[in-house]
Amino acid sequence: MKTESKLEKVIRGGHFAVTAECGPPKGSDVSILEKKANCLLGYVDAVNVTDNQTAIVRMSSVAACAILKGLGHEPVLQMVTRDRNRIALQSDLFGAYALGIRNVLCLTGDHQSFGNEKSAWGVFDLDSIQLVRTVRDMRDEGKTIGGEPIQEAPKMFIGAAENPFADPLDWRVVRLAKKVAAGADFIQTQCVFNVDRFERFIEQARGMGLTEKVSILAGITPLKSLGMARYMATKVAGMDIPEDLLKRLAGVPASKQADEGVKIAVETILSVKEMDGVAGVHIMAIEWEDKVPEILSAAGLQKRPAI
Amino acid sequence: MVVAERKPIAEIRSMIDRYASILVVGCDSCVAECAAGGRRETELLAAALKLSYQRDGLNPVIIEACLDRQCVDDFIEGIAPQVPEHEAILSLGCGAGVQALARVYRDKPIIPALDTLFIGETEMRGAWQENCLGCGQCKLGYFGAVCPVTRCSKKLMNGPCGGSKEGRCEVRSDIHCGWQMIIDRLRELGELDRLVEYVPPCDWSTSHSGGPRRLVREDQMP
Repeated sequence: MKTESKLEKVIRGGHFAVTAECGPPKGSDVSILEKKANCLLGYVDAVNVTDNQTAIVRMSSVAACAILKGLGHEPVLQMVTRDRNRIALQSDLFGAYALGIRNVLCLTGDHQSFGNEKSAWGVFDLDSIQLVRTVRDMRDEGKTIGGEPIQEAPKMFIGAAENPFADPLDWRVVRLAKKVAAGADFIQTQCVFNVDRFERFIEQARGMGLTEKVSILAGITPLKSLGMARYMATKVAGMDIPEDLLKRLAGVPASKQADEGVKIAVETILSVKEMDGVAGVHIMAIEWEDKVPEILSAAGLQKRPAI
Repeated sequence: MVVAERKPIAEIRSMIDRYASILVVGCDSCVAECAAGGRRETELLAAALKLSYQRDGLNPVIIEACLDRQCVDDFIEGIAPQVPEHEAILSLGCGAGVQALARVYRDKPIIPALDTLFIGETEMRGAWQENCLGCGQCKLGYFGAVCPVTRCSKKLMNGPCGGSKEGRCEVRSDIHCGWQMIIDRLRELGELDRLVEYVPPCDWSTSHSGGPRRLVREDQMP
């Protein structure tokens, strides 16, 4: 084991890992976080705490991680390089580790033009791969980017994201290889709707020996309605929702579309679970966290290994 | 070259309404190429201002002049005889030109008529593209002569991000994905291997982040 992370123990123990996403509130209301946390407790191995996702100002992910840890969760700290330079990022890593956080997901982040502070300066001092390398060098070399030794260096289980569906398509696996070489221990992917394309990506990764080195968790998002599916297909960057899936949702009455969306999510989980090289799933039920237990139960994943 | 765009008349007037006599000074270099502050644009702006004031029943003195370059003292001296006759100078130079005039003509208010935008190229008639941020450490040789610092909206050095679709940036569909351009160009040149290596964090101390920069070369000094 490289770290004290429970998520690392689950994955290295050969269990099919289950993580879920939990967006912090747009303010300081802890009760919102508690409500989301309670419906996920016991159903997932770890909870990802988003870092001002889509560039909308929310409670800091370090603070929300610490609260979730207090509620019995294993938090995954998402960190984007959009808002903080290397001084602040490294400082927050020290702080997060001191608060008992043992997992980090390194991201560049959605551009500030998507959010609610469009006039903000985008920092982007580092990119996501440089952040992965930074966290690895802290853990394995005990050094900061500037090369200074760290007193009690954070030892994080290091995650990165990958989008198997974005352009240039043939470059995605090369980028995955770069993230692995930089030090990623696990990968959480963009939402999988195009299962065939995802399978080709996993085959490519396996062919390059990457699935031996990194644990890939497939991103799963249940679709609430045809409207949400259409919105994601056309408006959300890097999303690939095949036409036959949209037709399938359109084929059921509006009142039944949420059930159909859950069915699709369960089928996707069962498909990716069979793929050689997929180590788990990451459920991103956007403002629909209370559906996660039902989805996992239907997929036979409701029992989590005791670590 | 430096690319700029003229400010709206209302904004210019909000800065110059207090003066009774204004010397409008163009710059026949970069800002002429981007049709913002050359000889022709200077004449047009002076005419537009006169008309605007006439409509309000006002009649300030507005005289136009144009320098070949507003950022070099030898040229700036070209308007020296006219300057004392006016209360203020309205400059159609870039930000560097405005500040150079202010350094030379210390007792005159210098008002900018342009918004200075970026260092770029004339891609076609009527279209200018930003392609250099002046970071002070040119890495174009590694990226197929497409700058990741400038052409990627997130300055990714190990790109591309997951938001690019059909060669377009997630920020706006009229932005070409810088990383798609880098990959396409290096593929054409047979040099894609350049992108496999990890690129460490940039040293921004040579950019504006290190404070306003100044280049001194003693071999060029008088």
